[in-house]
Amino acid sequence: MKVTFPHMGNTYITAKAMMDDLGVDYVIPPKNSKKTLELGTKYSPELACLPLKINIGNYLQAYERGADTIIITGGCGPCRFGYYCEMHREILKDLGCDMDIITLEWPDDGLPEFIRRVRKLAGGLNPVKIIRVIKNVTQVAIQVDELERLTFRIRPREMEKGLTDSIYKSFQEKVMKATGSRAIKQLIKETKNLLQNIAVDESIKPLKVGIVGEIYTTIDFHTNFEIERMLGNMGVEVHRAVTVSGWIVEHMIKKALNLPRDMRYAEAARPYLGRMIGGHALETIGNTVLYARQGFDGVIQIYPLTCMPEIVAESILPSIERDYGIPVLTLILDEMTGEAGYKTRVEAFVDLLKRRKERSSFGEDWALSGN
Amino acid sequence: MSKKVGIPRALFYYKYMPLWRTFFEELGAEVVVSDYTSKRILDDGVKSCVDEACLPVKIFHGHVLNLKDRVDCLFIPRFTSISKREYVCPKFGGLPDMIRHSLQGIPEIIDTEINLRRSSKNAIRAAMDIGYRFTGDTAVIKRAFNMAKENYYKSRQLLKAGRLPDDFRTREKREPVYKETDGRMLNIAVIGHVYNIYDSYVNMELISKLRNHGVKVITVDMIDEDIINEKSSTLPKKLFWNFGRKAMGSALHMLDRKDIDGIIYLMSFGCGIDSFICDLAERRIRRGSDIPFIVLTIDEHSGEAGMNTRIEAFIDLIRWRQKNESNISAHG
Repeated sequence: MKVTFPHMGNTYITAKAMMDDLGVDYVIPPKNSKKTLELGTKYSPELACLPLKINIGNYLQAYERGADTIIITGGCGPCRFGYYCEMHREILKDLGCDMDIITLEWPDDGLPEFIRRVRKLAGGLNPVKIIRVIKNVTQVAIQVDELERLTFRIRPREMEKGLTDSIYKSFQEKVMKATGSRAIKQLIKETKNLLQNIAVDESIKPLKVGIVGEIYTTIDFHTNFEIERMLGNMGVEVHRAVTVSGWIVEHMIKKALNLPRDMRYAEAARPYLGRMIGGHALETIGNTVLYARQGFDGVIQIYPLTCMPEIVAESILPSIERDYGIPVLTLILDEMTGEAGYKTRVEAFVDLLKRRKERSSFGEDWALSGN
Repeated sequence: MSKKVGIPRALFYYKYMPLWRTFFEELGAEVVVSDYTSKRILDDGVKSCVDEACLPVKIFHGHVLNLKDRVDCLFIPRFTSISKREYVCPKFGGLPDMIRHSLQGIPEIIDTEINLRRSSKNAIRAAMDIGYRFTGDTAVIKRAFNMAKENYYKSRQLLKAGRLPDDFRTREKREPVYKETDGRMLNIAVIGHVYNIYDSYVNMELISKLRNHGVKVITVDMIDEDIINEKSSTLPKKLFWNFGRKAMGSALHMLDRKDIDGIIYLMSFGCGIDSFICDLAERRIRRGSDIPFIVLTIDEHSGEAGMNTRIEAFIDLIRWRQKNESNISAHG
């Protein structure tokens, strides 16, 4: 058995730590690229959402490298993601790729089936080992996200431009050679030290922009053209509430152990969207309100074309924009999105935010230049 | 004076109208339904809705605009689920919020949540919640709901017997017209959401065009629920959309039947559920049979000529195949 998994931003680091600790033989698909997207688009239904297409691309590239089993998470709707595993199965079957899919979710057949899946993956049912792996892997996920958050803070403030990028990039390469959660955690610690030693200009008060939207497109940096890096290098501090570690902790661990979950966003969203409607629509609405209350300068919503929950969110966002006076930019991605047009829109949005900020510093008597 | 309740002629109107109308009328309210879908309604909807939404949701916006100045309140329930352990499209769950935040000058919205995911008893709870806005008398609401349900089941029976809403719900109550053709009548299954199949403006008269070509149309509503459940339970993972289960179950059932001459999948551009179900159905049909299969996609830019050409070509293909099929490869 040679396992593989789809890419989503930095998730491969967490997945790698898990496979190393479990001692599973695995292949990490090549990084998301134009080639991945092309492969995926070619074999997926035209109107499927973008993540499905990229996943297919990942599998086909991993298949070439000898992978025969896929691990993904599932769900029970109403978002389409819950049926990804079956779509993948059908597409791969028609392509003649003989790959097995293990879905980490609560199956229709209940506990025995779930145990069968875990046993197949973990090569046994030693509870001590499994709990230790879960603990270590969760720690890796949290630390990876913390590291990423650190780059968001440092990038707009660094004295020597590009230093954060080069340190972070070399971390992403080095991590492929580290084996096991212990080595990965060590590497994260070293990188963190390097980042903290970057000379920063603390007097800079950067613009603050929150990123909301569908989880895959906001987290996967290839898909969203590294928007956080792009904004950071324009001198904007970015924040993104939805993270992989957050998802693991809130949706898997706390749910399984029946612990109270962090529902601040749901509280904030209540006046705008009454119910959980699937996907991340409620998070999008709630986090936009929270960002507005925390004094962020703007919010960017990102989602793949035809994403059902985010369409609902998009049509509600203008009301939040109006009520809180916070500009919101919606970026919709699909396989046709061109980087230049995308970048222009982000630049224009940042310009707008800058002007808005300057305007308030002039008080009432501001005028357009040249008038 | 009785309260005027506005019901947009869109989305689940095509499924639940017999239920809703009886219920509100029994409660003593006046039911106002928006006009039939027209160019005007479509354009208004497209203008006021976010670009990315699918055609049916845009049309829904148009119908609300058509109604809003004529009624005291609008009935836009929040549909989370209409059957046990299943959902409907997330857009239905956010519909009242979408309307409230995209349109201005909207009267009061009755946005009771309808969620039958855990228990079908929630239906009567929702009915009570709606009913109390009109009367304080629990018995009246219960009676209204029971009568409404009865009427709804009756309409489902009619649909199952092969009649379409247009045949029994329009003003003149005409009988369906079938054009005489030299060939035999064809049986063609049309799979798609009720609001696409039964709204003849949206699908550009697909049903009557098919009938005029000597086609007997079979819809998902005409297939027995038990057959659908049995067929859909053969899938490796249960489909968690109500429509998905029905469409997949029917498509698989069509493969077993020997009397089906063709299958048309009517989908709206940008429909999340259709994008998956249509692809799954197509793969199964192509793998397991040689029944002709066509996907007709509709959006606000669809031209009628293109639609006609595709329907005609599809029917020609079926008829020619039956007449001339020699089973000899054209490639020699």
